[in-house]
Amino acid sequence: MKFTHILGAAALSFGAVFSGGAFAADINGAGASFPAPVYQSWAAAYKAKTGTGLNYQSIGSGGGQNQIVNRTVDFGASDAPMKDDKLEAANLLQFPTVIGSVVAIVNLDGVEGLVLNGAVLADIYQGKITKWNDPKIEALNKGKKLPDVAVVPVYRSDSSGTSFVFTSYLAATNADWKANVGAATSVQWPTGAGAKGNEGVAGTVKNTKGAVGYVEFIYAAANKLATTDLVNKAGKVVTPSVKAFMEAAAAADWTHAKNFAASMIDTAGDGAWPITSATYILLPKNPASAAQSAEVIKFFDWAYGPEGDAAAEKLHYIPLPGSVVEEIKKAWATEVKADGKPVWTN
Amino acid sequence: MDATLSGTQADSLVAARKPTGRVSDPVFVGLLWGCGIFVLILLGLIIAMLFEGGLPALREFGISFLWSTTWNPVTERFGAGVMVFGTLFSAVIAVVIALPLSFGIAFFLTEIAPGPLRRPIGVAIQLLAAVPSIIYGMWGFFVIVPLMAAYVQPPLIEWLGPLPLIGALFQGPPLGAGMLTAGLIMAIMILPFITAMFVEVLESVPPMIKESAYGVGATTYEVYRNVSVPYGRTAMVGAVMLGLGRALGETMAVTFVIGNATRMSASLFAPGATIASTIANEFPEASTGSLKLQALLQLGFILFVISFIVLALSRMLVRTKG
Repeated sequence: MKFTHILGAAALSFGAVFSGGAFAADINGAGASFPAPVYQSWAAAYKAKTGTGLNYQSIGSGGGQNQIVNRTVDFGASDAPMKDDKLEAANLLQFPTVIGSVVAIVNLDGVEGLVLNGAVLADIYQGKITKWNDPKIEALNKGKKLPDVAVVPVYRSDSSGTSFVFTSYLAATNADWKANVGAATSVQWPTGAGAKGNEGVAGTVKNTKGAVGYVEFIYAAANKLATTDLVNKAGKVVTPSVKAFMEAAAAADWTHAKNFAASMIDTAGDGAWPITSATYILLPKNPASAAQSAEVIKFFDWAYGPEGDAAAEKLHYIPLPGSVVEEIKKAWATEVKADGKPVWTN
Repeated sequence: MDATLSGTQADSLVAARKPTGRVSDPVFVGLLWGCGIFVLILLGLIIAMLFEGGLPALREFGISFLWSTTWNPVTERFGAGVMVFGTLFSAVIAVVIALPLSFGIAFFLTEIAPGPLRRPIGVAIQLLAAVPSIIYGMWGFFVIVPLMAAYVQPPLIEWLGPLPLIGALFQGPPLGAGMLTAGLIMAIMILPFITAMFVEVLESVPPMIKESAYGVGATTYEVYRNVSVPYGRTAMVGAVMLGLGRALGETMAVTFVIGNATRMSASLFAPGATIASTIANEFPEASTGSLKLQALLQLGFILFVISFIVLALSRMLVRTKG
């Protein structure tokens, strides 16, 4: 639509103005806010090394998809994988960059190491469990004294990839949730209160006794929030940790995933954290400028290397398994073409 | 030199200026016309664009889009009912809270306040208007919401919740965020506008009428009640409508404190959503050509129409002052 096109163009021109010393070879990307810290960290390191800058605008996954469909940026970024037919229609190559996780946070005095599972979380977010001493929660927390306090579910009010990942998990573990609510960047929440952004959810949970919410792990870790353990598909209690996320990534079925959209939700590994997901880049398969497209690929090729991995781990993101990176590099070399010639070769 | 120009000097001067005036004046007038028409064209284009962008949603859901209370992005069923209700409800709460305060402040400033106090209070009120709305949002979120959740809502829920009829207004968990909190924050935001116009209206009351009233022994309250307020009633209603208009479109502060739930509830404490807050929340993830984006544009159009009606009414009433 024209309207968003104009908005996008306006946003871009602002970006261009504020990027100051940018020169022609700089690459432009826009989209998901969840991976924005790592993209910006990569951009700074890459610029210092090669002189090629990256202007990444963290405008949300939907915005990133819009802009790359309209070709106003060199690449788009999205937390939720784009639908296959949409990718085909827009002639886009989709590949993951890093993996992140979502954790549940609670405000419950005097209870250490609370354990929940997907079915119980879905019941809480549907208003079926209203007290913390509900038998279903007590069954998961044998030997702990749970208070007779009302449960207040808190969710992201702005549509976000985090909500998509979290609701995907609820839908995967609770049939009622799947049938009545579903999974999306924003859903019709049956109960609870919405707050804007990770900081809004964390703030509301902190302010409200008995509140439960969900945030990205990087946010919880940076702000030292009280997270819960979850029971995973294997029936084991897992504590959110980088090791648990890596196990989830390793357990995902990458070989059968079309457009690299492998689900890492509720995977089977013994130590796998159940709410894990990759974030994606969208790159035109028929770039207007072969040189610009090659720059984008060179950037991500560097990012998959040891320096990029270290930067990602420092920010608590999980690098992709090596075998997946090899597949992505193959896709770059064979699928992104200008005038029938690949723009990049391994 | 003479204080005045003699006849011939003046004539020659005028003659010398005339030719440039002949060209520049129409150009200047033309530019002014351009400025005026520009506003009309801009406004017209915005309305047209919102309507055109939202038309597919209206076609899809029919006229019931206006009152349908479903907002489900998963199944792509959208309706404006909850947001229209939330927009009007929160704005009315804001006006109900701001109105008595504005009356009090305005009358205090014009009648009671000693000279040295008048300016500081007047300036403070105007500074309230200069605070960016995001600051109100953060203040509401970090200060007011916890206070409401801890001290205001629990007793009200306990005392008033069980009552018949009005009890429905005071039910639900004490989340802190909700309609009432949003209304409260907006009340403070529209206070300066309403107060400023009230002061203007009260100052326009001819002193002679007031003095006559005091002369026949009326008390301060009686003068206020029977002279000042009736004198400027229409303009005051207009001022209130202006405040209402501002509250309707408030976005950022409301998004922080309203709780953002697309569910209908009569309770003052229940989280809700306004048109502006829903657009702010959902727009970044609405993809091109999606039904969601069209529904959001249609929501924008509805908000435009509501604001337009309210502002037109207020202009009409303010103009017919006295």
